[in-house]
Amino acid sequence: MIDTVKNAEATATDGLPYAELGLQDDEYAKIVEILGRRPTQSELAMYSIMWSEHCSYKSSKVHLSQFGKIPKGDRMLVGMGENAGVVDVGEGLAVTFKVESHNHPSYVEPYQGAATGIGGIVRDILTMGARPVLVMDPLRFGDADHPDTKRVLPGIVAGVGGYGNCLGLPNVGGEVVFDPSYQGNPLVNALCLGVMPVERIQLSAAKGVGNVVVLLGAKTGRDGIGGVSVLASATFEEDGPANRPAVQVGDPFTEKLLIEACLEMFDAKLVEGIQDLGGAGLTCALTETSAAGKSGMVAYLDRVPLREASMDPTEVLASESQERMLAIVTPDSLPEVLAIAEKWGVLATAIGEVTTGDRLKILWHGEAVVDVPPGSLADDGPVYHRPMVRPADLDALNNAPLPDYPEATKDLLLKMISSPNLCSKRWVVEQYDRIVMGNSVLAWPEDAGVVRLSEQTGLGVALATDGNGRYTRLDPFAGAQLALAEAYRNVAATGAVPIAVTDCLNFGSPEDPEVMWQFAEATRGLAEACAFLETPVTGGNVSFYNSTAGTPINPTPVVGVLGLLDDVARRTPMGFQDQGETLLLLGDTHDELGGSEWAWSQHRHLGGVPPRVDLAREKVLAEVLVSGSRDGMLSSAHDLSDGGLAQALVESALAKGIGARIVLPETQTAFVQLFSESAGRALVSVPRSEELRFTEMCNVRDLPVTRIGVTDGTALEIQDVLTVDLDELRTAHEATLPALFGPLAGT
Amino acid sequence: MIGGCWRGTGRVVQVKIGVVTFPGSLDDRDAQRAARLAGAEVTPLWHADADLHDVDAVVLPGGFSYGDYLRCGAIARFAQVMPTLIDAANGGMPVLGICNGFQVLCESHLLPGALTRNQHLHFVHRDQPLRVANNTTAWTTAYSVDQEITIPVKNGEGCFVADQKTLDALEQEGRVVAYYAQGNPNGSLRDIAGITNERGNVLGLMPHPEHAVEALTGPGTDGLGFFTSVLKELVR
Repeated sequence: MIDTVKNAEATATDGLPYAELGLQDDEYAKIVEILGRRPTQSELAMYSIMWSEHCSYKSSKVHLSQFGKIPKGDRMLVGMGENAGVVDVGEGLAVTFKVESHNHPSYVEPYQGAATGIGGIVRDILTMGARPVLVMDPLRFGDADHPDTKRVLPGIVAGVGGYGNCLGLPNVGGEVVFDPSYQGNPLVNALCLGVMPVERIQLSAAKGVGNVVVLLGAKTGRDGIGGVSVLASATFEEDGPANRPAVQVGDPFTEKLLIEACLEMFDAKLVEGIQDLGGAGLTCALTETSAAGKSGMVAYLDRVPLREASMDPTEVLASESQERMLAIVTPDSLPEVLAIAEKWGVLATAIGEVTTGDRLKILWHGEAVVDVPPGSLADDGPVYHRPMVRPADLDALNNAPLPDYPEATKDLLLKMISSPNLCSKRWVVEQYDRIVMGNSVLAWPEDAGVVRLSEQTGLGVALATDGNGRYTRLDPFAGAQLALAEAYRNVAATGAVPIAVTDCLNFGSPEDPEVMWQFAEATRGLAEACAFLETPVTGGNVSFYNSTAGTPINPTPVVGVLGLLDDVARRTPMGFQDQGETLLLLGDTHDELGGSEWAWSQHRHLGGVPPRVDLAREKVLAEVLVSGSRDGMLSSAHDLSDGGLAQALVESALAKGIGARIVLPETQTAFVQLFSESAGRALVSVPRSEELRFTEMCNVRDLPVTRIGVTDGTALEIQDVLTVDLDELRTAHEATLPALFGPLAGT
Repeated sequence: MIGGCWRGTGRVVQVKIGVVTFPGSLDDRDAQRAARLAGAEVTPLWHADADLHDVDAVVLPGGFSYGDYLRCGAIARFAQVMPTLIDAANGGMPVLGICNGFQVLCESHLLPGALTRNQHLHFVHRDQPLRVANNTTAWTTAYSVDQEITIPVKNGEGCFVADQKTLDALEQEGRVVAYYAQGNPNGSLRDIAGITNERGNVLGLMPHPEHAVEALTGPGTDGLGFFTSVLKELVR
């Protein structure tokens, strides 16, 4: 029997199994207080979804509020709170971008989990009125040679590719990182960026009494029920992979049609408000649109097209079936909306309307099954000030002595560049379409993806994501700042001016005070650094409960930085471009190998402190890289980070097969100079004719600049240290992933 | 110059290239850009419209028409535009099918053989060297025989297959337009990357020439020749 409002009123004091849906005692008491009776089954499901960690940000809200205090600058058109932030990029265009997690589903069902991760973030971007134009995916896995990594990595990569390729979105960057802390809890983050004329920005508010609520896209099925409240808001137990029904199944073809249909509706100005259906499905879309519009709404749930006729209203409300959008349109526009949907073969169904008052009523064959104030679901969820404790083992970690430094040798170099985190990711990225849409100017393995927005003027964007879980484990405050600094530096290395940030904060359980302390420190560090670098946070996502068997992952804030290029033809690539050019190292190299790739890959050592953060230096370095690009002084620029100078030299040389002769200064040992991960550095190549002008520009700005050699030949020669042919370097660099996951296509 | 306004015979000729958009076409805008850069006027064509709108040549673009959920191109082949297009092609109109478009041409029997799942079962995208084997088709006169060009390949089902007799005939009649060079990315039989019909007006190509028309966004401009060739052909 369907549990109606009438029935709930008649049995107002009956108990319900709220704990099984993840609600706490006091949360349930609050629901009863709001409604003045027990909730119906459907209402209970809705509260459990909307008040879940995933939807309500109940543990993180008090910390995220710091991001709201960062000065917005004069570019931000829409800030946090909508589906994604919107930034003015000039020429009448606006850009919206956001990174999100789809971690737990991707562990349970790697292909579909990763695929629908792409699908979900793309709809967030579409919802803002933008045409999605690129995706990126920062990925993290357990040890590269662990059997479960063999299970999840190929599926996740194929899922990211399968969905994004079929949607026709170029995948221009991201990360592939291995660490045992992600064993049993891989991180699948997905970023999408879209572009629109400024006047096409769409918001989610349902306004205008009498306006029609239209459900667009796929039919609703039983897939994904309990996705956010169960999968995303609790820690996996040993039975993780048995949760398959809670993972959604993706249909990129339907999403492609949905994109084209929605954009045509936006252009024709037919849409008053729009919201995507992602995690939390109709529950979230109905409550958020009516709450944002401060409107009442009535929805006739039995009109929702179903895949399975036997679904009950609670299931329809909780379903996370993909490829659906909810549009609010005027009655006059409705025929045209339905016609556009039909043209693209997209299902469109009027399922309700905006009403007076402030109640969301949901009817099932004429009987109310939900009657709630929507704001109580969307905005008045619980807020927790979770207890926080500095991890008990942190002092011991920070004081752990590093292994003895070895001599820098060819053997060490080859071992480093073939280690899983530093090796070539060709095996992965060849499975992604990186050029569809014809505007990809730079893509993997470049420092940042660069995409052209205007063929007429060359206006374009650069985007990079970074995050180092080891640094953040050793010092969450500094680790988050280093993630931002690296992405900021990567964007500037292409010649783009960094202007805004999105973040995906991947942490363990918020109920663990040590994790909560890490989270608080990381958000504080990130907020301060964003304010200093004048890159406001436009939006993002928090992913908690990333732990396996009680052990949390290394805290992993993934930071995406958006940069702007007036003319993408001026972009600076990372690879050496020509023989006989001068190589300059910008910034200072210190003895900083705590948390480094060397300590980890060669000794499985995690200890000490991460490299020092110097945001003022990052700013000057970025200014120099941008000016150098603008004035045509730079042939190449590559940021220094994981693996240090050695890694940058190898990657820059292999890009076009141009070698280098290097003479290291005598200030430090060759080992420290090659493998230290000091921040605020970049390797650039400049034509000899530009050397003086460029070094003078650095001197004027007090940016240390060291001439370390020239591009030359087809080998990497580091005087008195090592010489190695590029062919040998390439073989070592590219062999690792094929050896683990199968040969490269066609080899 | 190539394309644009031609005055060779004393009259102005503007070549119109149509690009068909099926549900799920992805590289349609890229094909339009390439045709424009070559100097053509571009007319978007819609799968559900049987009218070719007086175009002089047609490109069937890459993508995943109908999601490729059945066999690639097997549903698009029944689109309303296809009977008109097949008639036009049989009448000699130049038609280029790229990637998914190649698959549609095979499903329509305008070209022999079929494209199947890549041998290694992965989608693969890389800059691919090709060896041009026939420079007499409507789409390849800008190249020389044995010229090596680099254009991107990106497909999940690009493995060209046909029976031995067909393969022999294709090679003997010079109907293989391009071979994969320096490695075969998808397992195509005899390294075949593209073929043409007997008349040389219909060409199917698995790699994407429309993604090698600007040095800024592609591996170079080696792909532009396919589009300039057809312009030259049409004003001759």
